[in-house]
Amino acid sequence: MFKKITLIILLVCVAALSTVGAAGSTEAKPAEKMELTFFYPVQVGGPLTALIDKLCADFMAENPDIVIKPVYTGNYDDTVAKIQTAIQGKNPPDFFINLATQRFSMASSGTAIPLDDLIKADGAAGKAYIDDFLDGFMEDSYVDGKIYSIPFQRSTMVVFYNKDAFAEVGLDPEKPPKSWKELVEYSRKLVKKDAAGNYERYGVGIALNSGSAQWAFTGFALQNSVDGKNLASEDGKKAYFDTPENAEALQLWVDLQNKYDVMQKGIVQWTDLPGQFLAGKVAMIYHTTGNLTNISKNASFKFGTAFMPGNKRMGAPTGGGNFYITAGIAPERQQAAWKFIKFVTSAERLAQWNLDTGYVAPRTSSFQTQLIKDYWARLPQAKVAFEQIPYAKPELTTYEASRMWRILNDNIQSAITGEATPAQAMKNAQAQADEVLKRYQ
Amino acid sequence: MKTTLTRGYAVRLSRGMKTNLKAWILLAPSLVFLLTFTVFPILRSFFLGLTQYEFGMRSPEFIGLENYINFAKSALFWKIMGNTLYFSFLTVLPSMVIGLGLAMIVNTKIHGVGFIRTSFFYPVIMPMIAIASIWMFIYMAESGMLDQLLMAVGLKAMNVLSYRETVIPAMSFMYVWKEAGYLMIFFLSGLQNISGELYEAATIDGASPFTMFRKITLPLLGPTLLFVSTIALTNSVKLVDHIVIMTEGGPNNGSTMLLYHIYQQGFAWFDQAKASALTVVMLVIMLAIAMIQFVNADSRIHYN
Repeated sequence: MFKKITLIILLVCVAALSTVGAAGSTEAKPAEKMELTFFYPVQVGGPLTALIDKLCADFMAENPDIVIKPVYTGNYDDTVAKIQTAIQGKNPPDFFINLATQRFSMASSGTAIPLDDLIKADGAAGKAYIDDFLDGFMEDSYVDGKIYSIPFQRSTMVVFYNKDAFAEVGLDPEKPPKSWKELVEYSRKLVKKDAAGNYERYGVGIALNSGSAQWAFTGFALQNSVDGKNLASEDGKKAYFDTPENAEALQLWVDLQNKYDVMQKGIVQWTDLPGQFLAGKVAMIYHTTGNLTNISKNASFKFGTAFMPGNKRMGAPTGGGNFYITAGIAPERQQAAWKFIKFVTSAERLAQWNLDTGYVAPRTSSFQTQLIKDYWARLPQAKVAFEQIPYAKPELTTYEASRMWRILNDNIQSAITGEATPAQAMKNAQAQADEVLKRYQ
Repeated sequence: MKTTLTRGYAVRLSRGMKTNLKAWILLAPSLVFLLTFTVFPILRSFFLGLTQYEFGMRSPEFIGLENYINFAKSALFWKIMGNTLYFSFLTVLPSMVIGLGLAMIVNTKIHGVGFIRTSFFYPVIMPMIAIASIWMFIYMAESGMLDQLLMAVGLKAMNVLSYRETVIPAMSFMYVWKEAGYLMIFFLSGLQNISGELYEAATIDGASPFTMFRKITLPLLGPTLLFVSTIALTNSVKLVDHIVIMTEGGPNNGSTMLLYHIYQQGFAWFDQAKASALTVVMLVIMLAIAMIQFVNADSRIHYN
């Protein structure tokens, strides 16, 4: 009996050893191609997947020894879930795209690696590469002073306004509102009701659904901030919700609905807003630059884009996805992934990506390319996004970012629906946020 | 030693297992699946529910009942339980009443009953995601069908998904529309099991249709009613798709229900421990529903 068991154990060991040996020998073969898995989320689907496939194909044509296997993984949240599952299953992707705001979670959970060594290995070129990224975008790549991600599909929020409606009510179509005061004043002129008191056109629209409100709110909070400080500390361990300035910003939203009566009451969905704008039902909307292509294709009226109107200062949020390299993969795979990331984030390719998708190219040199110059000549409204970046700061970013977003969104909604005053809402948000973040302090 | 061991096995096998060996072999595939996909996850949820295991933690840490104590103290948890209960309250009885009504309509021998049957059943075969997407257009603020209708008759637009007072009733209405057709099928099979002779006899005795319904149909539908109410109640608790599509739980968690919250904790915030603890809560609720109904109703049902 025991002899048999020993024999079986021995056999298993031999078999295991031989497979290990076999695996080792295949990797040693120089002709073998390195296959990298790349998880990427597509928020809108469709043509973007084709563009990513094209980028991978172009890279493989230049680097025949590397195979990039792109895996489309749903939206940003789904992608985090899939990466976590893949890591638990010991089969992680080699690199991936996810929200810049996820970097604290990615770092603290040991999902992604800092890229500083890879950058340093590139010497002066590496430093020049990083320095070329716009500060407004590069700012949210750092965790404790280390670079964890490279900006890729980034966006910012701008105001789209209906020039025809401006002309109709006697406003100068070339002068969009520059301040909160003007925003209210113009909106009151632009709002239009029929005889029964139903709204034919609202002055302004901001999406307040969960997942969108926190983005616009970052902008409004920055505009009202005394010292230009964002909603969270730079180390991602402290939220600053409960300030009189933030309560004022939220009060403005409530007032736009109730006091000034210029914004649709309740919670308007992010996805509905462009349609309402295109139908002429709202004269100004706060939306992503990513919607520019859609609006310029479908608008039956003249439209303009503008900075988000400021108050104490100018301010706008940035958002969008960055490249990360997964922790725990072999160094040569990290280098191959890094090569791909640099390839895709070249000035020209980012410029092309900007044209194709409406995301803002995050590199300064992209804006000196002929591609972008021609694009701006064709569609001057596209320039505003780039010009606004110096005033823009990252959207709410902390540890456990998606839980924090939810907290802010819930409490914003509680003020909008009248369950709480703006000051109470901000106070509640602060208490809930402190509870979540206390284990990181 | 060696021989006794082998003999021991042989003896035990012949006594207990051998007679049932065939049954065990036949049961094995489904047993394996049950153990892997039902029993194991349940046990693991019980275990993880007693730990702290947040995003980024390498392994779960045992904390006893702390998760449950925190839920009991959390206003959000009770709000979510309230929402879930409210939704069940608004959907179970109406969808059963309507389902029974529909079943009685299609059980009659009128012309074109097949078409009616199909059209009542049609919402059932559509996935909840599709239904939620369609109803989102109906409920859409101002430009949606509901608000347009309201405005056409001179009322104010309601923007039902925006307010905590209206969001759950609006979702319930949609769900009743979908669920009634599903329950109809069960009622229909129940109705068709009732012998026609009973009605003939009652008709000869001069009973009114209402009396027949009360004295024949309802009592004989007893087992079906029990079954349907269990199904309807558990179904209403385990819904999630429409929330993802229509409101994401908003406004201010006004439409967040238990299963959606489990999804949030588990897959948006990667808090496996809290998600597991909530799953245990859900499991207990489901079991309680089933227990109460089966134990309590057993005595009062008239089987055919």
